[in-house]
Amino acid sequence: MQCNICTKKKATVHLTEIIDGQVTELHLCEECAREKSVQMEQQFGLADLLAGLADFGKQVKDVDKVKLDCPHCGVSYDDFKKFGRLGCSECYPAFRDHLSSLLKKIHGSNLHLGKAPLEFPKPVGPQIETLRDLKAQLQEAVQKEDFEKAAELRDKIRLAEKKEENQP
Amino acid sequence: MNINDLINHTAEWLRGAGPNSNIVMSTRIRLARNLAKVPFPNRAEKKDLLNVVDELNKAIAGNDYFKDSVLLKMNELDSIDKQFLVERHLMSHEHAVSGDGKALIVSGEEVLSVMVNEEDHLRIQVMQSGLTLNESWAIINMLDDSLSKKLQYAYMGNWGYLTACPTNTGTAMRGSVMLHLPALVMTKQINKVLAAIAKLSFASRGFYGEGTQARGNIYQISNQVSLGHSEEDILQNIGGLIRQVIEQEEQARQALFMQNRSMLEDKIFRSLGVLKSAHIISSQETIELLSMVRLGVDLGILNQVDRSHINELFITIQPAHLQKIEGKKLTPAQRDTRRAALIREKLGGV
Ligand SMILES: [Zn+2]
Ligand SMILES: [Zn+2]
Repeated sequence: MQCNICTKKKATVHLTEIIDGQVTELHLCEECAREKSVQMEQQFGLADLLAGLADFGKQVKDVDKVKLDCPHCGVSYDDFKKFGRLGCSECYPAFRDHLSSLLKKIHGSNLHLGKAPLEFPKPVGPQIETLRDLKAQLQEAVQKEDFEKAAELRDKIRLAEKKEENQP
Repeated sequence: MNINDLINHTAEWLRGAGPNSNIVMSTRIRLARNLAKVPFPNRAEKKDLLNVVDELNKAIAGNDYFKDSVLLKMNELDSIDKQFLVERHLMSHEHAVSGDGKALIVSGEEVLSVMVNEEDHLRIQVMQSGLTLNESWAIINMLDDSLSKKLQYAYMGNWGYLTACPTNTGTAMRGSVMLHLPALVMTKQINKVLAAIAKLSFASRGFYGEGTQARGNIYQISNQVSLGHSEEDILQNIGGLIRQVIEQEEQARQALFMQNRSMLEDKIFRSLGVLKSAHIISSQETIELLSMVRLGVDLGILNQVDRSHINELFITIQPAHLQKIEGKKLTPAQRDTRRAALIREKLGGV
């Protein structure tokens, strides 16, 4: 399949866009997808960039994320939206992308700065530091409207979060 | 100890002592905690819930904080008992609805309580008299630390403590201060103050439960945001806000005292007079009159009345308390008579 925008390169990114209730499928090459993402971020406004950080990633992978169920308790994200309650602690990593922006909306932040359980396994320690650093840098890049840098940092954050997620 | 021992007992938070106790009735800090990978109560089966009660019971065995505590299972309590615990601020209305697998742990002085399997597996509460945010935090923090060694809490580095509702995620901490603000109400400044509190994203509500209108000029102020700040920072913010409200109330009291002294004294002495002599009285009327008498004590107008007696009456004149005292079910009319008798007894009436 060819890219919908440049019609030259092979489409590797599949995007579902909903504008005014109209669903459009976009098939893009890597390069055009990056362009598009910056465009979308500008559309959503600066404040939403951080919150929408993960949402964009979700849209890109929409094809394999049709159903969003917690593998541990079986609650779906739709259930959560209906009842306002999550099913178990594993819902958090399962709905990570959605919850990340939701937490930010509710609390004005999605980064815990309080205490930790005493016996909580600490290997995440140094990594949290870098993740925190990355997020701080991202915020700065957004404020300076340096979108290239922001996109780069966003990828790094996503990678770091994935690593953390895969840890036992 | 059992539930009937509580009735003959004044809870620590009703002592009417502690810092700023002329305006601050009590301070409460609550922490929500869940066990990792166990379904939250709204999704759990009965065996999961019983398991949580069991695990907690094991975790608190030998823990000094729970030395004189009692474990109450909701399905073993009748409706008056449950309402009694709600009236005493030891648990929520929600916790009283449907009992299977739900429990409540209460320490001897009622400083400490844990709702088990309410919205979250654990809702740990420390409640004390006066403005004691730091002191209460020190207690609940240590207690939480000791439990975290025995229970596998649901926690993520980025998001903190995981709760059934994302509005509590992070510190999962709610600090609340209960304030008696009669002068701000009488001088019609209260709405201005409440609006300012809301703007700072703190919540305020009445004394007699969430979502109730403030009665007896008693307001409860608590934090809304639980993520993105440390516990200490959140409590410091509440403390700063509370001190401003206290200052406003103090100024309003001074203004009333200076400008309308005889009106104020008349209102206060009449209130005490009615409380001492009524033989039938509703809870609504009682609460309004108690508020005035408390103000009289705070302003030094009434010297012979003990503040802790007034604080206690705010609680014990409620329906389930009267019925526990009497040891049987009472109709609303019987309660109004029993209430009046209780008040005369406490205040040395005629
Ligand atoms: Zn292309
Ligand atoms: Zn789940």
